[in-house]
Amino acid sequence: MQYKSQAVAKYYFVGAIALFVAQILFGLVMGLQYVVGDFLFPEIPFNVARMVHTNALIVWLLMGFMGSAYYLVPEETETELFSPKLAIAMFWIFLVAAGLTVVGYLMVPYAALAKMTGNDLLPTMGREFLEQPLPTKLGIVVVALAFLFNITMTVLKGRKTAISLVLLMGLWGLAIFFLFSFYNPSNLVRDKFFWWWTVHLWVEGVWELILGAILAFVLIKVTGVDREVIEKWLYVIITLTLITGIIGTGHHYYWIGTPEYWQWWGSIFSALEPIPFFAMTLFAFNMVNRRRREHPNKAATLWALGTGVMSFLGAGVWGFLHTLAPVNFYTHGTQITAAHGHMAFYGAYVMVVITMISYSMPLMRGRAANSNKAQVMEMWSFWLMTIAIVFITLFLTAAGILQVWLQRVSANPMSYMDTQDQLSLFYWLREGTGVIFLIGLLTYIASFFVKGETAKA
Amino acid sequence: MSGTFTTSTARNIFFGGTIFFALVFLALTYQNEQIIPQRDQHLQLASNPDIAAGKKLWETHQCIGRHTLLGEGAYFAPELGNVYKRRGPDFIKAWIASQPTHTPGRRQMPQFGFTDKELDELVAFFKYVSEIDTAKWPPNIQG
Repeated sequence: MQYKSQAVAKYYFVGAIALFVAQILFGLVMGLQYVVGDFLFPEIPFNVARMVHTNALIVWLLMGFMGSAYYLVPEETETELFSPKLAIAMFWIFLVAAGLTVVGYLMVPYAALAKMTGNDLLPTMGREFLEQPLPTKLGIVVVALAFLFNITMTVLKGRKTAISLVLLMGLWGLAIFFLFSFYNPSNLVRDKFFWWWTVHLWVEGVWELILGAILAFVLIKVTGVDREVIEKWLYVIITLTLITGIIGTGHHYYWIGTPEYWQWWGSIFSALEPIPFFAMTLFAFNMVNRRRREHPNKAATLWALGTGVMSFLGAGVWGFLHTLAPVNFYTHGTQITAAHGHMAFYGAYVMVVITMISYSMPLMRGRAANSNKAQVMEMWSFWLMTIAIVFITLFLTAAGILQVWLQRVSANPMSYMDTQDQLSLFYWLREGTGVIFLIGLLTYIASFFVKGETAKA
Repeated sequence: MSGTFTTSTARNIFFGGTIFFALVFLALTYQNEQIIPQRDQHLQLASNPDIAAGKKLWETHQCIGRHTLLGEGAYFAPELGNVYKRRGPDFIKAWIASQPTHTPGRRQMPQFGFTDKELDELVAFFKYVSEIDTAKWPPNIQG
């Protein structure tokens, strides 16, 4: 670690991993409710478990991005953070707000929570992924602005590199597009249209800039390849990302009351969305093959390569699978979507955050890399979680294909619930695989506590 | 990556490409705004305040956490964008009022304690949604 203030990242990474555990536990609850419908009813209804599952994911990824930025920016800009104190204060505010929100979800019926938190003043709640009460949403804005202020001021006073510039654009975009979560007109078509400006333009837009910047940073560090080469790749990747991804938003505008021309624009541009992810795979492997040093942190390199492969599979291939309008006509709103969501989020964003944690955490703990024993354990967790997510995705895809067939294609379409009964085998397999994922996650956490000989940083 | 293709060339292509395609997207959005009034049932929405009230009930009871609406939401319970056409208003009200079923092992929907007026508002909302022009989606009445 070259700059003292980089250490604030540690708070964010520990908080992120804690929320990751919560996300997976609630995921397992939901997975079981798919087959044992009355499990934990009415104590933890499915919608509450789902809210915790998805919101915890979003918040821990945001924490992971912030932590990554706090670690990366001082090193890139060659100067201490503008204000480490502000960074730490914002961490606690963010963590407490997230905790209170989860307690609210679990303890209070959602309608009562809406009433208590002033949803009548500005109704924003009750939309997928944006379920947070108004004070939480405002809290996210405050934390994001304070964070951006801190990071931007740091970049302004230091060296300006392509990586920090791209990261900064991604983070500013993240904050700006979140503002659409405050726009909730009664007109459902318009509501849905602009809801995607937060959701799609995050995950298939500006978040990919953050992803690219973090991956580029770690690759420079572990491979020693020239910055010039890596930064060129980074620009090429994010160019491909945004020229396909922005109009690619159209693949959400097929069936929600928006005009038919979106079927053309959405299909064509989103069919190209796998290209930047494929470029990312090539990028990661190319840089590692051309490495000029053997970095002792093998685990971080593995995560970086994993990000390249899994983001291409999850976001690229599984996205393409159902993105063309004539296919999507049948698959829209089925388990196919869920399958894609799981592998894409894991492959792109979960893995890139873990890549950064894996690279930076040993340095923040005063060593170049963890002991061999700890790394072996971490690599076990890599394979457990990654193989588990592949099988979760395959089982959900199988469930989805069967669902589409029984409910939407066959000569005598079955009702939704009758169809669901037919899918239970795949839901059980998914749940079992989910347990493997949890074991992988616990192995990952355990790897932080493994001692052994380490090289000095 | 040859010598003539420098980082600053790549950066310029990035900015140029992004701005160009963002502008195309904004143009499409503008066009979208011109066309959706023919499809979004806004006249119905303006003349019947129950619809907006129903949408708010839909949101504050987090129905999207289990159901899909025009295919978006959770995949745990039936599509409700076309439930008005599939089941009709009386069935919808009776169904919501009689929950949960307490059938062992079956997925349970909570009892929300809606008043008759609130049930009417929800039905007005479902009717409105079912009449939005969704390019013939879903493929059949099962949603």
